[in-house]
Amino acid sequence: MNAVSFQQVTKTFPSGGREVRALKGVSFDIEPGEFFGLLGPNGAGKTTLISILAGLSRATTGRVQVQGHDVVTDYAAARRALGVVPQELVFDPFFSVRETLRIQSAYFGLRRNDDWVDELLANLGLSDKADANMRQLSGGMKRRVLVAQALVHRPPVIVLDEPTAGVDVELRQTLWQFIARLNKAGHTVLLTTHYLEEAEALCHRIGMLKQGELVALDRTSALLAGTASTMLRFKTDAALPPELAARARVTGRIVQLPAHDAAEVEQTLAALRLSGCAIEDLEMGRADLEDVFLAIMQGRLTPPPPPPGVMPAASAHPAGGTP
Amino acid sequence: MSLLSSLQGARPLFTKEVLRFWKVSFQTVGAPVLTAVLYLLIFGHVLEDHVQVYKGVGYTQFLVPGLVMMSLLQNAFANSSSSLIQSKITGNLVFVLLTPLSHRAWFLAYVGASLVRGLMVGAGVWLATTWFAPPQMVEPLWALVFGLLGGCLLGSLGLIAGLWADKFDQMAAFQNFVILPMTFLSGVFYSVHSLPSFWHGVSRLNPFFYLIDGFRRGFFGQSDVSPWLSLGVVASVTVAVSALALHLLRTGYKIRH
Repeated sequence: MNAVSFQQVTKTFPSGGREVRALKGVSFDIEPGEFFGLLGPNGAGKTTLISILAGLSRATTGRVQVQGHDVVTDYAAARRALGVVPQELVFDPFFSVRETLRIQSAYFGLRRNDDWVDELLANLGLSDKADANMRQLSGGMKRRVLVAQALVHRPPVIVLDEPTAGVDVELRQTLWQFIARLNKAGHTVLLTTHYLEEAEALCHRIGMLKQGELVALDRTSALLAGTASTMLRFKTDAALPPELAARARVTGRIVQLPAHDAAEVEQTLAALRLSGCAIEDLEMGRADLEDVFLAIMQGRLTPPPPPPGVMPAASAHPAGGTP
Repeated sequence: MSLLSSLQGARPLFTKEVLRFWKVSFQTVGAPVLTAVLYLLIFGHVLEDHVQVYKGVGYTQFLVPGLVMMSLLQNAFANSSSSLIQSKITGNLVFVLLTPLSHRAWFLAYVGASLVRGLMVGAGVWLATTWFAPPQMVEPLWALVFGLLGGCLLGSLGLIAGLWADKFDQMAAFQNFVILPMTFLSGVFYSVHSLPSFWHGVSRLNPFFYLIDGFRRGFFGQSDVSPWLSLGVVASVTVAVSALALHLLRTGYKIRH
């Protein structure tokens, strides 16, 4: 049985007098024990898909199951199997951290849950804040409580919707160590994030959404192998020639360009020389997930078909990657 | 799902809702009791010698059940409505939305906590007024029945308003333009028999009138209409409003998109 299954999920809602199709028939499965990354630019439909999974929103058509339980017709069992860390930093200002976790436990029918609550508090570095009111906590601390709240009922499937957006390095480390431990212990993890290095380091498999369609679905290693294996990196203050600018990934002064072989490196350097573009700190490096992501989102890369058995039949055509 | 399992499911949310208002009880219980006592002091002092509604019942004494019921109703409404709108606007309703609680459990929890706050405020007002008017309760069962029904009705109405309102000013409008006039024009401060016939007729269309009249029956053994008529009207309205609230919760009106 799959831990999570999305089958032809569509979501349409009215916006400003017209129909917006937020999801256009998304299908994929997540296997038990997997660490799955769901990536995509803002507005791609990631949060809509997570909301449908969590029962916060309803699919227009299609079906979503958690451990075989339909999220609409068998919602109670589906929600018991699911722990969701919402994207927004929300809290109940009336209660302390411990009260918040006790209340959340009780919603799942757990009255004597203090041992696990203490363990969660310790693992997330919250023990000394247990009796502090939620209002007194910093943003990072509130985020930790959100994670603890999602885990009070030891859900087999954990969903993290951009959990590290705007949090400091220390929390990111603590959080990922803890989540990785839970994953090793058998929990399935579904992660959406904007930090692609996190997805690359943590996720076994990755799905990419673009404008409500699944445009890539494969093992992280296979996705990385599908693009240029090396990148040419340098710094410059000058404008790039147009033929290079279209392919470049620019972060401030740092420019990265795909370099499949020596001939391509030579062509790139020649184009830079001809345009009079002065460069410094030239180096070659391995391509990372961000390169793959940009290539797919810009339509420069069609992901290879996944090996048989990785994807269900319904999702055998992940919308192509050639928009 | 059986009523028993819904009740069990409702317990944690009910406890949370009661804790929520109890943590700020000075504001949610103490303040309305003080307001009601001030009404009693001012109106009672000004009108005690000028108005007699029921034979043998002083005006201050006549005011007590109306004020108790008015406070009960307003606070039952305020509890579910303010809790829901606050949770919706701050976003922490998501913690309840993510749980396996059924719509029946939601209903029982929110309405139950509203009833508890309404009864606590009502009892507080009644106790406070015993300083100013000798306590009297001729048919206590009527008072209990109408007190319970009133708390449930307004708790359900608050639930509907909390689901419907997207902003605090919409909620304030509902409270100020619907709930407040309906409670004030229901005979809290007077008997509807003292009104001109047109307004007498209008009052008869207000379900709050039957709540207060039936409740007052418990205190004095006298009422403007038969308590059985009041019971019929109030019970029917409570069932209808509860059914609407349950329907909205079941369909996830404005909370599950």
